[in-house]
Order: sequence, then structure tokens, then C-alpha cells
Amino acid sequence: MIRSLPSSKGYRWGFDLFIAAYFVLLFAPLVVTMVLAFNDSMYPSLPWEGFTLDWFFGDGPQKFGIFNDQTNLRSIAFSFRVAGAVTAVSTFLGTCAAFLFEQEDFRFKRALYFLMIAPLVIPGVILGISILMFANTVGIFIEKLTGIYAKSLVPGFWLVVLGQSSFISTIVALVVSARLKKFDRSLEEAAYNLGANRAEVLRYVTLPYLRPSILGGAAVAFLMSFENFNTTIFTVGSQATLPINMYMQVRDGSTPVINAISFLLIAGTSIFAVANLYLGKKKESESPSN
Amino acid sequence: MGGRGRLHLGFLFFFLPVALWLLLLIVLPHLELLRLSFTSSRPGGFTLGNYMAFFSEPIYWLTFVRTALYSILVTFLVMAIALPVAFYITKVARVRAGGLLMALILVPFWVSELIRVYGWIILLRESGVINRLFTALGLFSQPVELLYNDVAMILGLVYTSMLFMVVPIVGVMDALDDALIEAAYDLGASKTAIWRTIIIPHCMPGMVSGGIIVFMLALGSYLTPNLMGGKNSLWFTEQIYNQIILYFNWNQGAAFGFLLLLLSSLIIWIALRITGQNLGEVVK
Repeated sequence: MIRSLPSSKGYRWGFDLFIAAYFVLLFAPLVVTMVLAFNDSMYPSLPWEGFTLDWFFGDGPQKFGIFNDQTNLRSIAFSFRVAGAVTAVSTFLGTCAAFLFEQEDFRFKRALYFLMIAPLVIPGVILGISILMFANTVGIFIEKLTGIYAKSLVPGFWLVVLGQSSFISTIVALVVSARLKKFDRSLEEAAYNLGANRAEVLRYVTLPYLRPSILGGAAVAFLMSFENFNTTIFTVGSQATLPINMYMQVRDGSTPVINAISFLLIAGTSIFAVANLYLGKKKESESPSN
Repeated sequence: MGGRGRLHLGFLFFFLPVALWLLLLIVLPHLELLRLSFTSSRPGGFTLGNYMAFFSEPIYWLTFVRTALYSILVTFLVMAIALPVAFYITKVARVRAGGLLMALILVPFWVSELIRVYGWIILLRESGVINRLFTALGLFSQPVELLYNDVAMILGLVYTSMLFMVVPIVGVMDALDDALIEAAYDLGASKTAIWRTIIIPHCMPGMVSGGIIVFMLALGSYLTPNLMGGKNSLWFTEQIYNQIILYFNWNQGAAFGFLLLLLSSLIIWIALRITGQNLGEVVK
């Protein structure tokens, strides 16, 4: 049954077969998507018409590759800008929250903590519509009060950033908290005894210790923002993010240019994942106490 | 002491951003959602009309019930597949192979949901890869539409949320001492008895936290039902989208949104009560 126990041949074979099937199904959709990015056909399907790089570099008249596809390129640039802003906002908020809940004591702490983790169990669609509606109401209120049209409160860049940050901050907070929990606070006390103030202690003692987890949290935040669909669909303006732009193309039927984008994203995120795994391993071997 | 004042300032430095975030992006927007759901779409005050419409139109509440039931089904399917996979990784495979398999399991989930769904569309649709292969092999006499039905939609939902069950279960199963299973085996327990009395109870915390996340993801999913489901596989999130984006009826959309929020909170609360856990432990 387990490594150390004998089990019948049939059982072992059956189990191995199940796991093999699981992994084949896990990777089949991704592999097929990537392979068809190189198919010399107008449709993302078989038969194989020969190898081509047109869906990456083609510049018409029939095939426009991703590097010559202005709509998709614009949405990629927009997604990078959004993800950059969300990473900055949620890394700051998440780190503040980690300090607040791990190191400070105050009334209603439990209630506030519950509120902070709530976004993880609120469907992304609901976060999106509630922020859309609230921003709209506030915008109307400001306009009535001052006559100023608050442009950043209508669907668009800032609303997308706010919508995504509302729950990505929680994820960063949990990542940073996990490391802050293991922090030995006598190190801070030692620094206070040596005459450091709170800001100096943070700057020279606590934040350097937290650096790996803050960077890790920021990386996760960037990726989650770049791929978010559910919240973004309601807060996006005339300029679509990449997932929304791709969704519309998939829904309405598209050329294999979607496969080419997918290929780049899968390759990019795989490199990202391997690097993350490698850095994580290195971090572990550097500080065996963790 | 002078230190106290500084300490206080330090507290405010952490407290204010967090308080503003939770107030402006979580609390007030949801109160606004609640307020709009009780407001008439024509200029006017308080109304129950938006909720009445939900109960009087079968298409609305039927979609709601369908979405809830299918999400529960997806959660249990994912659990049934994740348990043996986690067991294989932690207890059956050689230790190094287990680590490699775990890394392999993580890779597809770094890729966005849209691409994963797109991959299945390419595989399953009438002109898709599976149809081509099966007709070439003579298994199908002519192409069959495998996409745009409930089975395809469930498959997509199971696939996209699998990881969130495997990871927590691997976590708890790793901590299960092999000696317990060996002892039960030596005393003559059957495989079913070992699963029922040792493995499942031990893995319960991981199964609950995975279950909550998977259920939430399935319930709130828009892409998978929309792209893989058929004309009749309407999901409740699509109803919300239609009200808000297509019909521009925000009040009706707000009522639907609030009902979905209520449903997900209720089911999560029940799951926590039955298993005696609290939310703080589960999200870790």
C-alpha cells in the first residue's frame, strides 16, 4: 500500500496507470496549445500543415503574427502597467498588514483580521461589481459636490488596479506574515537597547529579514494581476487587459495567434516558476532554521 | 516615556493604510452593493423588487440552484481525484520522484485560467485534436461535438481548480506518520478501513481548506462555464454579467451579486461548522 508495505502487482500497476493518465491530462491542453502555435494553418486545429513562425513574426497580408498585432501588443503593454501598479500597491498594503497583525495589539484585532482574509472567500466577480458600483457612486457624489469629473473613478486603469489590489494585498499579507511569525523579536529588542528607534529597527533589522518573503509576495502579486479575469472584466474601460482581450478572441474564434501568445506566456511563466523554485531552494539551504 | 509616542506613530503607520484598504475597497463597496440591491432602477427609493424578480423568474433561481449544485459536485470530484494523487506523491512514489511530481503538478497552474480553458477547447471541439485523432484511428466514424455541454464544463472546472485541492492535501498527508498505516496493515486492516479510519480523518483539515477554495473558485467562475458550457449551461456569474454589462441594470445585478455572496458565505460557514475549524486556520 505504501512504500514500506508489499502490495499486489495489479494494484501497483493500476495506481501507476492512474497517475500516468492524470499527468497526461494535466499537460495535454498546454502541449497541444503550444505545438499548434507553429502550425501553418489559418485555424488553431489539426491537420498539421507544416512548420511556420508566421504566428509570431508574420506581417500580413494573411497572417499577422503577435509581434505585428497592434491590438494584442497594446493589451500586453496595458497588462504590464496594471500588474506593475498592483504589485506596488498590494506589496505595500500586504506588508503593512503583516506587521499590524503580527506585531501590534489593539481592540477589534480579530474582527479586522477576519475582514482582511475575507477577500479570499469572496468571489472575484463580486469584488469587481461592488468596487465598480462604489466608485461610480463616489464619482457622482464628487461631481455634484465640486463640479469636478473624477476621471480615475470610471472604469479604466485605476479601477482595475484598485479592484485587483483589494484581494491580492491579502495574499501578500499572508506570505509576509508566514515569515514574520518565525522572526525572533529579541533581535529587535537588542537593536532598541543599542539605541535604535523604530524606523531604524525596521530598516536595518526586520525588513532585511523579511526581504525574501516580500519579494516572493510581490512576484505572486504580479502574476495574479497579469492573469486576473473575474474582477477585471467589470472594472476595465475601453482598453482591455491581455486576458480580457484574449477571452474575446477565443469566444469569437481566432487564428493561431492566440496560440503564439499562449506559447510565450507558458514559456515565460515556466521560466518564472523554475526561477522561483530555484531561489526558494537556495533560500532554504542558506538558512536551515526555516 | 518618549518611546511610547514613537511606538504609537509606528502603529498608525501600519494601521492607517490597512484600515483605508479594508474600508474603501471591501466594506463600503459591499455596503453599496447591498444598498443598490434594495433600490429601484427607476428613480425611487427602497424596493424589494430586485429580489422578487429573482424568485418569480424560474430562469434566475434555477440557474442559481444549478450553479450551487454543480459547484458542490465539482468540489467532491476534485477531492476524489486529489486524494489518490496526493497519496501517490507522499506515500507511494520514491521520495525524490515525489518531489519532482509535485513540481510538475504546480507548473500548469502558473499559466492563466484562460489558456488552460483554451487548451481544452482546442482538444475537444468538433474540429479539435481529439476528434481528428479518433476519426483517424477509426474510433469515431465522423466528428462529434465534445465541447459545449455540461460534462465538458465540469471537466474544465475540475481541471482549473485541481491544484488548490492537491497542495493542501499533500501538506497534511506528508505529516501523516507511515507507522500508523503500517501498524493498521500488520493488524490486518483492509485498504478501505485504513483509508476510512486513518487517512481521511487525518487529512480532513487539508480537505476542508482545499474544498472551500475549490468551491469558491467554481461558484465564481465565469470563463470556464462561458467558453466550455453549452447554450443551456448558464452559470449564475453570467446572469450577473448580463444584468450589469448587457442590460445595464445595476440594481438587479447588485441583488444577484449579493445572493451569490450570501450563498458562498453560507456554504463555507456550514463546511467550517461541520468540521469544527475556523477561517483563519483554513486560509493558511
